[in-house]
Amino acid sequence: MIPAPFDHITPVTLDEAIRALTSHGEEAKLLAGGHSLLPLMKLRLASPKLLIDLSKIPGLAGIRQEGDKMTVGALTTHYQIESSELLKEKCPLLPQTARVIGDVQVRNRGTIGGSLAHADPAADLAAAMLALGAELRVRGAQGERWLKAEEFFLDLMTTALSPSEILTEIRVPVLSGRCGTAYLKLPQKASGFALVGVAVWLRADGGLCADIGVGVTGLGAKPFRAVRVERHLRRKRLEPALIETASAEVTLRIEPLGDIHASAEFRAHLARLYTYRAIVEAARTAGISLTKAKGK
Amino acid sequence: MPVSKLVGARIKRREDPRLIRGLGHYVDDINLPNTLHVAILRSPHAHARIKAIRVEEALKCDGVVAVITGSDIQEQIGPVPVASQNPTLRVPKHPVLTVDKVRFVGEGVAAVVAEDRYTARDALDLIQADYEPLPVVSDPEKALEPGSPVIHPEWPDNVAFRWALKQGNLAKAFKEAYKVVKQRLVHQRLAPIALEPRGVLARYLPGEKELTLWSSTQIPHILKTQLSLMLRLPENRLRVIAPEVGGGFGSKLNVYAEEALLGYLAIRLGRPVKWIEGRRENIQATIHGRGQIGEVEVAVRKDGTILGLQYKVVADIGVYHQLLTPGIPPLTGLMLSGCYRIPAIGIEVVGVFTNRMATDAYRGAGRPEATYVMERMMDRLAQELGIDPVKIRQKNFPKPKEFPFKTATGLVYDSGNYQAALRKALKLVGYEKWRSEQKRLREERRYLGIGLSTYVEICGMGPSAAMPAGGWESGTVRMEPTGKVTVLTGASPHGQGQETSFAQIVADELGVDLDDITVIHGDTAVVPSGIGTFGSRATAVGGTAVFQSAEKVKEKAREIAAHLLEADPEDLVFSDGKFSVKGVPKKGITIQQIALEAHVAKNLPKKMEPGLSATSVFEPSNFTFPFGTHICVVEVDPKSGGIEIKKYVAVDDCGKVINPLLVDGQVQGGIAQGLGQALYEEVVYDENGQILSGSLMDYAVPKAGDLPRFELARTETPTPVNPLGVKGVGEAGTIGSTPAVVNAVVDALTPFGATHIDMPLKAEKIWRLCQGKKAARAGGGR
Ligand SMILES: Cc1cc2nc3c(=O)[nH]c(=O)nc-3n(C[C@H](O)[C@H](O)[C@H](O)COP(=O)(O)OP(=O)(O)OC[C@H]3O[C@@H](n4cnc5c(N)ncnc54)[C@H](O)[C@@H]3O)c2cc1C
Repeated sequence: MIPAPFDHITPVTLDEAIRALTSHGEEAKLLAGGHSLLPLMKLRLASPKLLIDLSKIPGLAGIRQEGDKMTVGALTTHYQIESSELLKEKCPLLPQTARVIGDVQVRNRGTIGGSLAHADPAADLAAAMLALGAELRVRGAQGERWLKAEEFFLDLMTTALSPSEILTEIRVPVLSGRCGTAYLKLPQKASGFALVGVAVWLRADGGLCADIGVGVTGLGAKPFRAVRVERHLRRKRLEPALIETASAEVTLRIEPLGDIHASAEFRAHLARLYTYRAIVEAARTAGISLTKAKGK
Repeated sequence: MPVSKLVGARIKRREDPRLIRGLGHYVDDINLPNTLHVAILRSPHAHARIKAIRVEEALKCDGVVAVITGSDIQEQIGPVPVASQNPTLRVPKHPVLTVDKVRFVGEGVAAVVAEDRYTARDALDLIQADYEPLPVVSDPEKALEPGSPVIHPEWPDNVAFRWALKQGNLAKAFKEAYKVVKQRLVHQRLAPIALEPRGVLARYLPGEKELTLWSSTQIPHILKTQLSLMLRLPENRLRVIAPEVGGGFGSKLNVYAEEALLGYLAIRLGRPVKWIEGRRENIQATIHGRGQIGEVEVAVRKDGTILGLQYKVVADIGVYHQLLTPGIPPLTGLMLSGCYRIPAIGIEVVGVFTNRMATDAYRGAGRPEATYVMERMMDRLAQELGIDPVKIRQKNFPKPKEFPFKTATGLVYDSGNYQAALRKALKLVGYEKWRSEQKRLREERRYLGIGLSTYVEICGMGPSAAMPAGGWESGTVRMEPTGKVTVLTGASPHGQGQETSFAQIVADELGVDLDDITVIHGDTAVVPSGIGTFGSRATAVGGTAVFQSAEKVKEKAREIAAHLLEADPEDLVFSDGKFSVKGVPKKGITIQQIALEAHVAKNLPKKMEPGLSATSVFEPSNFTFPFGTHICVVEVDPKSGGIEIKKYVAVDDCGKVINPLLVDGQVQGGIAQGLGQALYEEVVYDENGQILSGSLMDYAVPKAGDLPRFELARTETPTPVNPLGVKGVGEAGTIGSTPAVVNAVVDALTPFGATHIDMPLKAEKIWRLCQGKKAARAGGGR
């Protein structure tokens, strides 16, 4: 478990980091918390010649409110998200999700930017990003651009980031009004990653679901937003039967992963079940009372 | 200090302050100047011919000192040994590095020796090995089918050995049975996953012609003997040291290729060499446990009385034997009677070669399999006959007055009171309450299960006649001139805490302070002889040797005291570390003063040898047989397949308890590992012999957060086998727990018609079992 030789630099500005990234191309890798990259390097599945350590660049970590948005810096750790009082109040789905990532050590080192850029098909925060319709701020040699979470994840461990771009911050909405949230995950027993994880936020209007976002991780090659499920429930009165039919749509047009931990068929079943349960839980926290769930 | 103040006391481990603060020395913490580092190229194929190995590029690498392949050393190092014997045993030659073929994923092909670990690892990538794949034999049952490819061409098939035992009139038992219940049971392969992987450091002093080998091992003395044979080195020029060992669980009860290889390299290169195993190597190339597939049939009367049992098992041996590989499945056979009276038993074991890593002893070693078979079957019988699982167990227990109890398999259980442990556990868990809760919840379509396991196991290994390399243990107690006590034990504890418990024994016996006692183990140059720590034997056998030496020291001290006090030895009383004349408490002498007198030897009884020390070797007359009851309560979610452990109770009887804290620790860790087998763990090989669970990202060991609180209690039935009355407790938790968990889950799912689920109880298996089935209404199931 020893990585191949590599160099390590610690730029102190974003521009310096981008320059290093541009000049070394594929040979270089950004280093955030190292909790996805270093395991790959130790297994020699990745052997970058140069690590560009982001930790000394000021301003990349932190959580703040900007009007009706919450801004989270890319280098913010899972622990900082999990323990942020501000987020718990303004956008509780993020701390709820960060809380169930790995273990304490992982959450102390791992960052939201690293998790999103790495694009593990079972990353937890990705589900929350998709549910919340997050916007991702990206800087590269060509300047800056904003990406929607839905445009960001392209395939297994592949994102819309170009090799010389850096993810700098993430923006999610402040959840105002009568909102409910839930992140439910069935962890794979060895790694702790999600066999399936479903993130939901919804806004209630009386017994009505005024708006809803559903993000799913672990099921397919990339985390995705379950737009069909959302469409099925938006502006509807939430009933167990309706949620059940809506949840059944989560697997449509998705090719589920299968491995020694769960077959594709079981993952699909879990996705439907956890979608149902996460929506019920979000509805409950939004103060919507459902008639007793039937057998789920 | 009054006698028996320390034995039985809950004393914190004296080992822990250094371990917790990182001040202990594991192999990798030992740094010798000028050390070279070794990395091993391992086979990526399960079975292939090596067409060519080219090492030139690796040798050119800056810092690489040597690259060794199998053919370089095949004449120099003897094969990796197997100690367990069996008349039908086929022993394929097990080379330290393979020569013409690779036969399992992870087999050593070449070794790089370099100035540092990084260079050694980098150079591995520069070795070019060309393989021509051969047909792979992965599945042990398919390996037995006619027409299967044969792994070792020196024999016509893949059979590694056969072992059978038959006692009593089986035919009659099965003919007279009210019911015969059959079940196929799979004991999946497990990886022991000691926190510290293996590691070896070797140093050769050419002047002294002395090889010292530090290895993370459970058996330094046996390793020394075996290495001297493999390396053809005089045994008295070899020293093996087991420094801190970060867990073994049987995986380090072995003699490994790397240990001999490192010894050889140290001699050949004239510099110290070190190898530290990585976790992936650990999963590939350190022995696995279990790996049995059994078909069991039990003949039973209507009232639940067992008449006979037949068990046929296919044991997945792997490609070569390691030290005790062929000894483990027969141990399952011997223990199959469990804690029951079974008049007729028939067992047939066939060991099978597969293109996989060898199986061998893993915590419990053969007994978890036996216990699982019997305890699963007790529940199956109860289910078939509509009897409560408690009742059917009680029905078949031997009574306390029947001990020593002889089983149909020929063992003699030393002592036991199975009823008492069961009753205590039922009370502790609140059995009746849970049964009614189970009924109530089923009305709400919630599925609670209660699982029992009443186990007995064999440990305190053991009489030498029944052991491949001696079953005795040595212990020395030496009082130093300053009154301090040095204890040497041939047991080689590696986490069990004998530095504490052995000191307790000696402190009580000699009336000295615990802090004045040092327990030394694991160094063959310091501890004159020994067998090691495994089979829950260290205290029962090694502790007894230490105890007997302490007694001898005390007796010699008494003679010296009598001489100095001018009294008759019979007239002396010993208390608080002081001999005094009966009725004259003022006139006395401390054992420390005696130690000094014994050492300076100016005024000793005639003909007495100077010094105050004694060595004993304890040879037990029998094994010991701890027992107990574990009860697990679970709730199962049939929709997600999730299992929640709601309560776990264990009542264990390991005979006399020297330190309850240590016993609790052993039981806790043991249950965790047993639960791991029940719920999570499995070494998965695919049909090509590739390991799909090759790292801790895919091989699931239980973590603290996964485990419930274990409620522990004990009964205490001393063994007559040793004077301490101790039985051993290192493996009981693992042996007792696995079936309790599986029984609980099956019990929960009886409304879905469940009779059995193979381990590990993954969510998907449970979901599949329940899917599409409507649960029977409450009242139907137990
Ligand atoms: C034992 C263990 C358990 C885990 N369990 C979970 C779990 O349950 N759920 C879960 O979601 N995750 C889990 N993880 C992963 C963890 O969340 C990682 O921290 C995270 O995936 C990566 O974040 P990082 O900061 O460590 O990134 P790094 O490892 O430093 O980087 C990951 C990748 O992202 C790139 N990168 C990093 N930052 C940026 C940036 N700002 N812009 C562009 N590219 C960037 C890197 O170049 C690299 O390719 C686990 C990890 C471990 C080791």
